[in-house]
Order: sequence, then C-alpha cells, then structure tokens
Amino acid sequence: MSVNRRRLLTSAAAGIGAASVGPFFIRDLRAEDVVKIAGIHDTSGGLDIYGKQMVATMDLAVNEINDKGGVLGKKIKLINYDPQSNIQFYTQYATEAATKEKVAVVHGGITSASREAIRPLLKRFNTLYFYNTLYEGGVCDRNIFCTGSTPAQTLEKLVPYLMKKAGKKIYTIAADYNYGQITAKWVKKYAQDNGGSVVQTDFFPLDVTDFGPTIKKIQAAKPDAVMSALVGAAHISFYRQWAAAGMNKQIPLASTTFGNEVVITSPEEHNGILVVFGYLEGIDTPVNKAFVETIRSKYSIPHMTELAAMTYHGVHMWAEAVKKANSIDRMKVIEALESGLTFTGPAGKTTLDAKTHHNILDVYIGEARDKKFVVLEKFPVQMPADTAAVCDLKKNPNDNKQYVIDVKT
Amino acid sequence: MSRALPIIGNVAALLAGLAVLFGLPAFAETYVIINATIFASFAILALSLALIWGYAGILSFGQAAFFGLGGYTYAVAAINFGDTTGAAALAIALPALFAALLGYFMFWGRISDVYLGVITLTVSLILYRFVNQTAGEEWNIGEAPLGGFNGIPATPILNWPGRPGEQLAPENIFSLAVGLLILVYFGCKALLATRFGRIVVAIRENETRVALLGYDTRLYKLAVFVVGGALGGLSGLMFANSVFVSPTMFSLPVSGQIIIWVIIGGLGTLIGPIVGCILMQILTNWLGTLNQVPGFGWVDPNLVLGVILVVFVLLVPKGLTALVTDAWRWIIPSPRTGGEVDAAPRRPDEGLRDANPSGEVAQTQSPSCGPSGHLLPAFAGRREETP
Amino acid sequence: MDYAVILALQIGSAIASLVLISLGLAVIFGMMRIINLAHGEFLMLGGYAAITAYNNGVNLWIAMLLVAPLTVGLFGIVVERLIIRHLYGRMIDTMLATWGLSLAMIGFVTVVFGNTVSGISAPLGSLTIGAYRTGAYELFLIIVAALLLVVGWLVLRYTRLGLIARGTMQNAAMAAALGVSPSLVYAVTFGVGAALTGLVGGLLAPLSGVVPTIGAAYIAKAFITVISGGAAILSGTAIASGLLGTINTAMTFAFTSVLGEVALLVAAVVLLRILPQGITGRFFQRSL
Repeated sequence: MSVNRRRLLTSAAAGIGAASVGPFFIRDLRAEDVVKIAGIHDTSGGLDIYGKQMVATMDLAVNEINDKGGVLGKKIKLINYDPQSNIQFYTQYATEAATKEKVAVVHGGITSASREAIRPLLKRFNTLYFYNTLYEGGVCDRNIFCTGSTPAQTLEKLVPYLMKKAGKKIYTIAADYNYGQITAKWVKKYAQDNGGSVVQTDFFPLDVTDFGPTIKKIQAAKPDAVMSALVGAAHISFYRQWAAAGMNKQIPLASTTFGNEVVITSPEEHNGILVVFGYLEGIDTPVNKAFVETIRSKYSIPHMTELAAMTYHGVHMWAEAVKKANSIDRMKVIEALESGLTFTGPAGKTTLDAKTHHNILDVYIGEARDKKFVVLEKFPVQMPADTAAVCDLKKNPNDNKQYVIDVKT
Repeated sequence: MSRALPIIGNVAALLAGLAVLFGLPAFAETYVIINATIFASFAILALSLALIWGYAGILSFGQAAFFGLGGYTYAVAAINFGDTTGAAALAIALPALFAALLGYFMFWGRISDVYLGVITLTVSLILYRFVNQTAGEEWNIGEAPLGGFNGIPATPILNWPGRPGEQLAPENIFSLAVGLLILVYFGCKALLATRFGRIVVAIRENETRVALLGYDTRLYKLAVFVVGGALGGLSGLMFANSVFVSPTMFSLPVSGQIIIWVIIGGLGTLIGPIVGCILMQILTNWLGTLNQVPGFGWVDPNLVLGVILVVFVLLVPKGLTALVTDAWRWIIPSPRTGGEVDAAPRRPDEGLRDANPSGEVAQTQSPSCGPSGHLLPAFAGRREETP
Repeated sequence: MDYAVILALQIGSAIASLVLISLGLAVIFGMMRIINLAHGEFLMLGGYAAITAYNNGVNLWIAMLLVAPLTVGLFGIVVERLIIRHLYGRMIDTMLATWGLSLAMIGFVTVVFGNTVSGISAPLGSLTIGAYRTGAYELFLIIVAALLLVVGWLVLRYTRLGLIARGTMQNAAMAAALGVSPSLVYAVTFGVGAALTGLVGGLLAPLSGVVPTIGAAYIAKAFITVISGGAAILSGTAIASGLLGTINTAMTFAFTSVLGEVALLVAAVVLLRILPQGITGRFFQRSL
C-alpha cells in the first residue's frame, strides 16, 4: 500500500513539474503573422459600465480594420485584460502586455489613477499608449495620446449656455477627486468670465448615496442653475432624489458627466438635463447612425458614451498612423500621429495635436430627452487649450508627468 | 516522525524561498518578476494578520489601515526627504506607533471579539474616507500632494541607502521583497518560539487563566498587535514600490482579502496564509484574462471568485495547510497512533482552527460545535514551559 | 422656521435610512449571531426584484412591498439550507462564506441583468414646506421604518412565534430541550431577516437605483450600526440609528458630507470603546 502511495506521489510531482514548466517553453509559433494590440478595461467591478462598451467598440474597430486587410498585410490580434476595477492589476497587465505579449500599442485605463499606474510602465517598456477617456487634462508625455475631451474644451461652451438659459448664480456639486476638483474650478472660471458667480461648491466621495441634506442646502442657497460633475453608480442617487423632491422642475441642471445615467434613470428624472461631450449618440450623421446600430445589435450595449466612441477613434487613428509610417515601430508611429493625423468617424472629425498629444475635437451640447441625448448645438474644432497652457511636447519632448493645471479665477 | 515534520517544513520553506529569490530572476520574464514582487509584498501583509489573528486571537478587520499608512508614509516622506532610506524606516515606525495607540485604546478598554473587529474596520474606513477627500491643494504635506482618490502616482522608488537618485531596478525591488518575506516569516517563527510567543498563544487559548497566572495580558496583546502593525506598514512600503499608493489600500475589500488569504491558507499557521495569498492573487490575475478564452467572455470574475470562496469554506474549512498535512499523514502514516494530540504542544502552528476568536460565540449558539475542550492539553503543555 | 422643520425631517430621514438598512442584518445577528456580509447584496437583489417585476407590468407597490421581500426571503431560505446551516457556531467562516456569496451575487446579477437596468422614479411626488420642497417618498420611508420597529416589537412580545424566537435567542439548548427545533427556527429567522432586507431593498430602489455593486455602499454602515446597537434587535438598532443618524446629519448640514460620514464613524468607535458590548450590552439589557 505504501509503495503505491509513494508511486502516486512521484507521478503527481512529475505532473506538477510538467505543468509549471510548460508556459516557459511553448511559444506562440504564429506570433509573426499578426500584430498584437492590448486593451486594458475594467469589465467587472464598479467601472464595468464604461469598460464593457469600450471593449465592444475596440473589438468593432479591430474587426473593421481586419476586414479591410489589417495593417501592413497582417491581421490585428486584440488581447483584452480585465483589471476588475483594481489598480494593482493595471500594473500587472500592462507589464504583461508590454513584455510578454510585446504588443504594438495599449489602449485603456478609465480612471486617472489607472492611467497614471500604467503610463510610466509603458514608457519604460517603450510601448505606445492610448488613453481614450475624458479626464481633467494636463498629461504631458510623448508616449501617450489622450483622445478624450478635457474640461476647457467642454465647459467653455456649456457654462455660458447654461447661464444664458437659466441665470447667473450657479451651485456646483462634484465628485471628490481630481476630475471633480478641477472641473469645479473651470466652472467657476467660466462663470466669472461670463459675468456670473458660483454660490457654493460641494464635493462628494464616490460612495455617497444619500443626497437629502445637499438637496436642502441647494434650496437654501437659491441658485439659478446647478452644475453637476458627479461620477459613478452611487451618485446616480442624486438625480433620483433631486427629481423626487420635485427640484428638476424648479432649477435647471447641467452636467459634464451625466452619460450612461440616461439609461439607468427614468425620463421623468432626467428630461431636460444639459450635457456636453465630445460625442453623443444623438449625432445626426450617417456614419454615427450606422455605428450606433452595429454596436447595439452586435454587442447589445444599450448606450454609448464619449469613452466608447473615442476608443473607436483611437484604434482607427493608431491604424492610420501605422499605415502612414509603414511600420509598427513606436517612434515612427508617434511621428506619424504627430503629423496632424485625422480620423473622421462617429464623433466627427478628430485631429491629434502634436504639441499636447491631445485630441482636437468637435464638442456637442445636448439635452437628455426620453432615454436619449438630443444634440442642441455643435462646436467644431475645439483645441485642448487647458493642457496646451502647461505642455509643449515639441519644445520639451522629454516631458513626462501630469501637470496640475492652474485655473485662474 | 512527527518531531521531524516541523524541521522538514522549515527547511522546505527556506529552500523554496531561496529558490524563488535567486532562481526566478534568472529565467523568468519581466512580468513574472513584477507579479512576484506584488505577491511577496502582499504575502508580508498576510503574515501580519496570520500573526495577530492566528496566534494572538486578535481578529483585525482593518489590517488595511496599517498597509495604507505604511504606503502613504513612505510616499509622503520620500517625496519630501529626497533620500528614501529614512522614509522606509518611517513607513514601518509610523504604522507601529498607530497600532500602539489603537491597541492601547482597545485592549485597555477590554474590547474583544467581533467588537474589536468592528473598531478596526471603522478606523480603516475613517482613514479611507479621509484620504479619499484629499484631492484639493490644501492637502499637500510639504512637497507631496495626497491626491485624494487618484493617490500619489509619483511615488518614488527606493534608492540605494545614502545615494539618492540611484533607484533600485525592478529586479532589486523583487529581491528585496522576497528577501524581506523570508526574513519576516522566520522572524515570526522565532518570535513565537520565545517565551513571549508562548504567552501570546496562551492568551489566545484562555486569557483569564493567563491573567490569573500573573501576566498583564493587555501588554502582551498590545505588543503583538504593534508587531502586526509594523509588518502591515512594511508590506505597504513594498507595495508602494511595486504599484503606487492610492486610497484603495485602506479599503474594505483589501481588509477582507487579507482575512480570506489567512482562512484559505489555514488559520494558526504562518506558511498557510502566504500560500493562500499567492494562490488567490494568481487566481484573480488569471480571471482578468478569462475573457480572452473563446466562449468565456460572459463569465464575471466576481462570480467565479465568490463561488470558489463559498465552496472552499464548506468543503475545506481548515484551510489548505490542514489539507496538505492530512494528505501527508495519509501518504506517510505516523508509526504512533493518536499522534495528533501528542504533536500539538510541540507544533505551535497546527490545528487551532476551532479555537478561533469566535469561540465564545460558538459556545452560546452552536448546536453542533462545542467549545474547544480538546485543545486544553495543548495549553497545559505550554504552561509547563512558562513559569 | 421652515429650515428647522426641514432639518428635523432630514434627521428623521437619516435615522430611518439607518434603521431600514440595518434591520435585516440585526435580526440575523441578534437571533443567530451570524454576520451576513452579503447583506448589501440582499438589498441589491430586493431592488432588482422590485424593478424587474415593475418593468414586467406589476403594480409598483406590489412589486416593492410583496415581490421584493418574497423573492429575497425565499433566496435567504435557500442560502440558509445550502450554506449557512453547515456553519453554525463558526462566525468567521460564515462571514467568509457570505462574503463569497456577495461576490457571487454581484457577478451573477451582472451576467443576468447587465449593469444598466433602468430604474423606477420615486412615487408620491413632492411636498412643499414653506420655501422648501422635499420628496413625499422620504416621509413615507420614515413611517415605514417606524412601523417595522413597532410591528417587530409586537410580534416578539406577544406572539408564540416571538416567544420561541426570544427563547432561542436566550438559550438555544434549553429551547431545543423544550421541543423547539433550532434548525427550523434558524431557517425561519434567516428567511425573515432576508425578507426584511429584500423589502428595504425594494423600497430604496426608487431613491438609489440599482446597479450590481450598490451593496458596497450599505454594508459597512449597516454592520457598524448593528454592532453599536448590541444584542437587542429592535431597541439596539433604533437607538444606534438615532444616535449615529443625528450626528451624521448635523455634521453634514454644518460642514460637508465627508465630515458627516467621518463623524458617524468616529462616534461608533468611541461608543464601542465606552460600551464594549454595544449600547444594549449595557443599557436596556432586557429590551428586545
């Protein structure tokens, strides 16, 4: 009996040994036939609302490019990672994508924290990086391209629009982190520039669900309009409680972050909320209508935000640059992207700005109406002026940080 | 035979540690090194709870507080000092000091059980809330912005002592993390073998009895809690060097994760939590790549992780260590019968599962699981050795 | 004057919300000494049940007041039979198992419903108090919280079921010796606790909406309230909610919502330091 047990043990040990050695020796023999690119998006955990649609549009873009023959005569192979809304995994997967898979480009990152986790790593490993989320601005690094809108691009239009419609006294409520803090400053600046004022600004941690006291504080302050930069699942409660108190009929509300919320809230709650983005589903062009239709039928994503559209733009812009450079070499692709490369897609025409590596894009003011956004006004070719104030990669190509933009009010 | 087991275990642990320390960098790819660094820093965190919960019976629901404090102290001090050596020392000292204050607050108030759990949990939540709302400029400490939700992405990497500017390479950080893990593991073993360690274990078994023997149990609990805090800080320091510091270090999921590692590996052991930690990390890491497998795109990592946890608690309640020891006994049976009870006094790290801190609760409620009477011989054995 | 009324109403609403989110957890903890870490996800499930029923044409009130508690109550009994039953007397293991359950529920709901389920808006419209407006539904929730406490007290105090429950709470072995089946009592208790939680989840859905991860916003607060309250289910929860809710609201009005949250947590820590067994561990020991 004991002999049998020993034999069992040895063979088990041999099995474990073989299993653990395997991955180090078996290489992907077909690695040369494809160009690998990686996407790192949270498709589970609190951020999955955004992550899932970004993965969908990235997949669509890759399929489209592959259907037209891929790049440099090779198909693109997309490798998706799900960091599960946990920053630590961004570090791990970015390293894996860059050093194990040796991908040509990484698209991904949703929060600024996740971007800052992987940006230095990808720079160290010489892997090109696209960040396709709207964010607070200020990143200055030649290895990264930021395709989302920044506050100066959007708020410069929205704040005057809101004041013209409602009045000069604004009450700001914002998520308590970098994006919210900087957005609040831009709101104040543009309010003052247009002869108005911000009566008060309140910040909320991302897991606050009870906005009762705040709604009463807002009523006590009697503003003409409310600006919201609330973010995430918990903060959706604000719009519900605001409507439950009947305030949505009293004081107009505008937001730079009210996106997917339009599906989750009901029309009674969200009708009339003003928003501003670099992309809205309601954009009335044939290109966009086809895009929305495909995403809805093929990937069953009920609503797309700017993040998803810019991911689509980002992948296509990278592919265009590869074609132009006729290489996937990082520096050659960067130079091609810096040459004023444009892509016309669902969000309109977007151009990468060589000085800041941010997107020059069209900005749309829209209104929530029955689970959709209707475009009210389009402002073409908005420059990333906030980042440009602190960043010039033509002059300082070795810059490598996120500047905190000083908003003068 | 049963006497030999601990020695074999120690030697095996040391060899495994050294093999990883010197073997891995030689042939593994960069991403393996980076992952291993993160695993090692978490494994130190697992040890910090394994020590205070498994051996002193203090269930801290907020061990993440020390982890986060260590990371943040390091980042803030390193940005201000320029040289990181002093910052690293502070990253261990400050959490230890914080543990001393918190421990004094709790143990002198005679708080125990789930109430202690709630206090530690609440304290970590307070820190989490506080750090999360530090996005404004008014929260700069010297040169260092606390950064709120986004954390401090510019967390400096350790430099060689006395040579600011000369940063350690990722391979050096890896060696440091694994080296420290080995050191901490054997340090804990040594600590538990001392008279101090035995008294701590005795307090877990029966606090009143130890107090009646003339020991100030509060002081012993405080001391071991402080060691746990310092280890948590050390772990935070290493984590800050492999990722960067952000408020999630203080969060409830991190605290919960540590408890899961300890339970899965085996409460009342030191090697178990390390193994549990590394296995769980590998598992979650793999789950994030699951969507690359055709046909599995719909699977949600949370679902898989949750089901595994539930099944584990139901089927392997004593943790992996007990499973492996049982398997070992089955393969190489002990020549003596009833060896289990005899072995207990000589092996501080075995089979103390049923005497976990909820013992008192178990007593009042349990129809099936009585108080830990069978562990009394273990305690008696230790008492003889402590005058 | 208006402001004072509004302030009082807000404090009432904060207390009610703490009572509501903790009650189910308190029942399970008080009776069975089990901390259900999937409590937040039970609330989430109640919300999903109510909304799914409503979106399929069920009357909103029936969806919230009947469908939600029944669904979650049944789910609770299944969970008790499959998981909890094996873990009695092992508090830490139950916590770990229910933690696993909470992750699995988040994952399962995400897979089944996706993460963008549209919610329901709060019924009952709004009230005007002087220059202020507030949701009438908030007032309704305060009344529900009070009702639940009163009904709970009546049941525990005057019914045979309550007698058995109190007996099992005090001395399970003795109750068993007198012919009560502890296993049945535990299953029923867990089911009742889960049903209460489901009811509250359904009632909160119009205010907070449903996403799979919403549970995380509740669990820590509920946990802290229940433990601060101590062993007595109803009075403990009510007193702890009253204290913590008042502190939270006062600080939120005076300063910011962050400070309100932090003040709540600090108060709980200090409270437990002074009263290590919770409020009803020291005062009102004989209460329910």
